[in-house]
Amino acid sequence: MYAAAVFLPLIGAIIAGVLSFARTGDHHHDHKIDLAAQLVTCGAMLLAAIAALAAFTNILVNGHTGSVEIFTWVDSGTLEISWALRADTLSLVMVLMVTVVSSMIHVYSVGYMHHDASVPRFMAYLSLFTFFMLMLVTANNLLQLFFGWEGVGVASYLLIGFWFDRPSANAAAIKAFVVNRVGDFGFALGIFATYVLFDSISFDTIFALAPQKATAMMKVFGGEFHALTVICLLLFVGAMGKSAQLGLHTWLPDAMEGPTPVSALIHAATMVTAGVFMVARCSPLFEWSDTALTVVTIVGASTAIFAATVGCVQNDIKRVIAYSTCSQLGYMFFALGVSAYSAGIFHLITHAFFKALLFLGAGSVIHAMSDEQDMRKMGGIYKLIPVTYVMMWIGSLALAGIWPFAGFYSKDMILEVAYAAHTGVGQYAYWMGLAAAFLTAFYSWRLIIMTFHGTSRADEKTLAHVHESPKVMLIPLGVLATGAIFVGFTTVSYFVGDNYDAFWGKALFMLPSHQALENAHHVPLWVKLSPLVVGAVGIALAYFLYMFRPDLPPKIAGAFPALYRFLLNKWYFDELYDRLFVRPAFWLGRNLWKKGDVAIIDGLGPDGVSAAIQMLSRRAGALQSGYLYHYAFAMLLGVAALITWLLMTGR
Amino acid sequence: MTNFPWLSVVIFLPLIGALFILLFSRGTPEQVSRDARAVALWVSCITFLVSLGLWVNFDVRTSDFQLVEKSVWVPGLDLAYHVGIDGISLFFVLLSTLLTVVCILASWESIHERVKEYMVAFLVLETLMVGMFAALDIVLFYVFFEGVLIPMYLIIGVWGGPRRNYAAFKFFLYTLAGSVLMLLAILMMMFEAGTSDMTRLLNFDFAPSLQTWLWLAFFASFAVKVPMWPVHTWLPDAHVEAPTAGSVILAGVLLKFGGYGFLRFSLPMFPLASLEFTPLIYTLSIVAVIYTSLVALAQEDMKKLIAYSSVAHMAFVTLGAFAANTQAVEGAIIHMLSHGFVSAALFLVVGVVYDRMHSREIATYGGLVHRMPVYALIFMVFMMASVGLPGTSGFVGEVLVLIGLFKANSWVAAFAATGLILGAAYMLYLYRRVIFGPLTKDSLKDILDLSPREIAVFAPLLILVFWMGIYPQPFLEVMHVSVDNLLERYHSAIAAHSATALAAR
Repeated sequence: MYAAAVFLPLIGAIIAGVLSFARTGDHHHDHKIDLAAQLVTCGAMLLAAIAALAAFTNILVNGHTGSVEIFTWVDSGTLEISWALRADTLSLVMVLMVTVVSSMIHVYSVGYMHHDASVPRFMAYLSLFTFFMLMLVTANNLLQLFFGWEGVGVASYLLIGFWFDRPSANAAAIKAFVVNRVGDFGFALGIFATYVLFDSISFDTIFALAPQKATAMMKVFGGEFHALTVICLLLFVGAMGKSAQLGLHTWLPDAMEGPTPVSALIHAATMVTAGVFMVARCSPLFEWSDTALTVVTIVGASTAIFAATVGCVQNDIKRVIAYSTCSQLGYMFFALGVSAYSAGIFHLITHAFFKALLFLGAGSVIHAMSDEQDMRKMGGIYKLIPVTYVMMWIGSLALAGIWPFAGFYSKDMILEVAYAAHTGVGQYAYWMGLAAAFLTAFYSWRLIIMTFHGTSRADEKTLAHVHESPKVMLIPLGVLATGAIFVGFTTVSYFVGDNYDAFWGKALFMLPSHQALENAHHVPLWVKLSPLVVGAVGIALAYFLYMFRPDLPPKIAGAFPALYRFLLNKWYFDELYDRLFVRPAFWLGRNLWKKGDVAIIDGLGPDGVSAAIQMLSRRAGALQSGYLYHYAFAMLLGVAALITWLLMTGR
Repeated sequence: MTNFPWLSVVIFLPLIGALFILLFSRGTPEQVSRDARAVALWVSCITFLVSLGLWVNFDVRTSDFQLVEKSVWVPGLDLAYHVGIDGISLFFVLLSTLLTVVCILASWESIHERVKEYMVAFLVLETLMVGMFAALDIVLFYVFFEGVLIPMYLIIGVWGGPRRNYAAFKFFLYTLAGSVLMLLAILMMMFEAGTSDMTRLLNFDFAPSLQTWLWLAFFASFAVKVPMWPVHTWLPDAHVEAPTAGSVILAGVLLKFGGYGFLRFSLPMFPLASLEFTPLIYTLSIVAVIYTSLVALAQEDMKKLIAYSSVAHMAFVTLGAFAANTQAVEGAIIHMLSHGFVSAALFLVVGVVYDRMHSREIATYGGLVHRMPVYALIFMVFMMASVGLPGTSGFVGEVLVLIGLFKANSWVAAFAATGLILGAAYMLYLYRRVIFGPLTKDSLKDILDLSPREIAVFAPLLILVFWMGIYPQPFLEVMHVSVDNLLERYHSAIAAHSATALAAR
């Protein structure tokens, strides 16, 4: 069952991939091919979701946790790594979420990509991505995790650049891959350090040995440091890349160049949460390093507020949601940072539903608006696409953390654990998180109002075409909306409440001294209520500014031009990196080539030597003048030199 | 079948084929060309199949040389025709025989002139390459090692591009300059140890001071072959001017001579000097990784770009070899094999469009995916293997080298790992400019996708890239014992020396 859930998407991907080469350009024929590819991939995904559900209930209810070994991958010296599927609560929760959300997005794509000329290729990529993601979450060692990690990166690269005629899509795809590689650089070093410390990178072994190594030091990078801190910080660099945390986030907004279902699946629900999953998976390591946890908290909280501020001024509907994703990932990280791993995973799961819903809803809007993404050219269409409108409301209510939607339970919990950590960074995270919650509500309703309300700013042709999406797109929306409503209060007691121990088993690890999760149930009332209050205020402010006084926002922007530009340009990260890394790399490359290789190495080396020899032979040739007295003179010089030498050496 | 002279057959079958072509081809030029192609393909295919027999008959439990054949050559000097393989050399023999088939198939249509001589050159080259990896007599080794230069020089110089003379000479002079020093060192070793038998030389303890000089002399030759920075500049020129198959064999097999040499000679025969010079190797290799990756980023010629990427990749091999632990050395061997498939395939990828458009300039292309989807897919797979995507052979080699290296020296590992980022940057940037984007150039409007013959050329390499990436056990288990033996020899020699040094105090 479990293996079926993981490998069915791969089979679907291969079949659809082969089918993509069977398109001939004949409309009737191609339509059949497309249909076959859609049926195979959606069928495989739905079956995988059913298998995942069966495995979930079977394993969790009957308590058959463990792992399924497939075969040996790498065996060199003491390094032994197998392909295996790990079955514990954390893996299973992720497998279930990934297969369910992915199958919904597969179905949605049937409608959304209807007119595209490369349907089988798109479906193949989506399924391939899902396979890699499942390999990632079922990994039983760090290297297989890395396999899935890089695999989802490639699938993301392919899907961001899916419309490969667009230069911006190509640039975004490369950017995503390379920035992720920067994170992977840290991740890889973290894996190596783990191996050096534990002589293994298999989860069972390293988690069992971690307490013994809790105070071990490691000689690395020219110093001697606390080994687990080094390992956790390096691993976290990887997580920052994949989960778009501050500093390595720049690829995520650009990744919106991909088709919208991609944004929903990869850049909201699943891949970007891999970093959160990885830190939670490695909780038995992170728990022993307060330094690493502090860093995780600070980075998470800072990302949450940073991305929320930028999200407030963006005009592209998908980019608003992208920054919102970035911000929500920050929440998850600071929950992990205060050792409330289950709270982070809880938000990961609820977020997967409502954020996928928001993206697909946005896709539905874009679909209706003839591929327009700029919210300044929308407005006044809520009556024309009522189902989508309602879906967007549900998603936004969940995102803003309004009771009783899913986001309310998870976000509330995260802010409470941050407060209840009773540490300096915990307080920082709480206040940043609270401010971000206010901004989240604000930009969500800014989005809804700009998109659906007011007088329409679209041209007439577009407006005439506005239509509700077909059922094949609306049904997945409905399923995800159901999740966004019900996943919260039905599961809260398992994830973070009374059933915690029974549900999680040994999948997550918390030191007894780390009490944030327990204390979170005893925080003051104002802490419990504060997220709801700021959420409501945020919504009210958005209504005031964009519904009732639409003249005010431009005035405010005009009053603080520097701040507005700073936010609009995303804190100038792209410009900074371009100057710091991209341009110098190309400049260096050109100069090392032209000056280093050509001028210096070749100039002094082969070319220089051959030039010198040619010059010498020309000189030598010049000596052969043909005049006898030249030769006689040279001979005399030689004789004189010889005699001098003999006399000097006294022989 | 252990008495069957497996190695001699693999070594000399191509030579017999070459003689056959020279002696028996008759008729019109077209007939001669056709027959030469057919004979070369048959001979190389049979040689490859026979060479698989080496693997079948190989015993993975012993580090001794296997399938050994020895007959006296020059009795007075103790020189012998002495060949045999161990877990380190086996796969290089197979790599040579496989890539020869690939090369002959890849040259099927792109070589029109002097086809007979071309095929003869490749078959002779195959004999010399296999002989080099199998030689167990140091003089025999030298003969094969240097002999390879001649057919390669001809392949570049006769069938190469417009600047072929410059490139061929540069290639020849660079490699020869290093070899002269190696010859002196070989003579010195024979005087010192009184034998040219490598199995005995491998266990002979050279004096520490002598080791330094011998190591440097061998280094001069191997560093050029790898090639290591800063003696790498012959490689881009040689690749650019060589015909496609020449590049394939050059990148696929000839570059491995250096890495193989370090593992076969430098580490086990001069362990003290190897330890002493490890910082030098580290430094040059790290410079190579970063320097040539940046240079690759700025290239406008596809072949040059891939040539520079080869230099960066081979630096991982030298790093792994001198990190001298199990993972690093096994990783270095796997990485050499993987680079053998992947760089060979990437040069073939360039060859495919070069055959159609006669240009290597990146700017000539763009949007090829519209007309050549199969080509785009194959290019994508090998590009990903080149950047070390897990699941491909490139990853297994790279990660083993880096793990071993991290154990030996974490700074070096960190610098080397920047290759992961830079490698992705230059390869994806290349791919984007050639494959993606709209197809606007008129000259490309009628370009054709891969023919069945071209797909057949790529197929074995594709299979190997995934096989080695997902299930590398069959490859790793062959080398375990031999690598352990090598490292045992290396570390015990160092331990013994430091023990005597302590005792002397």
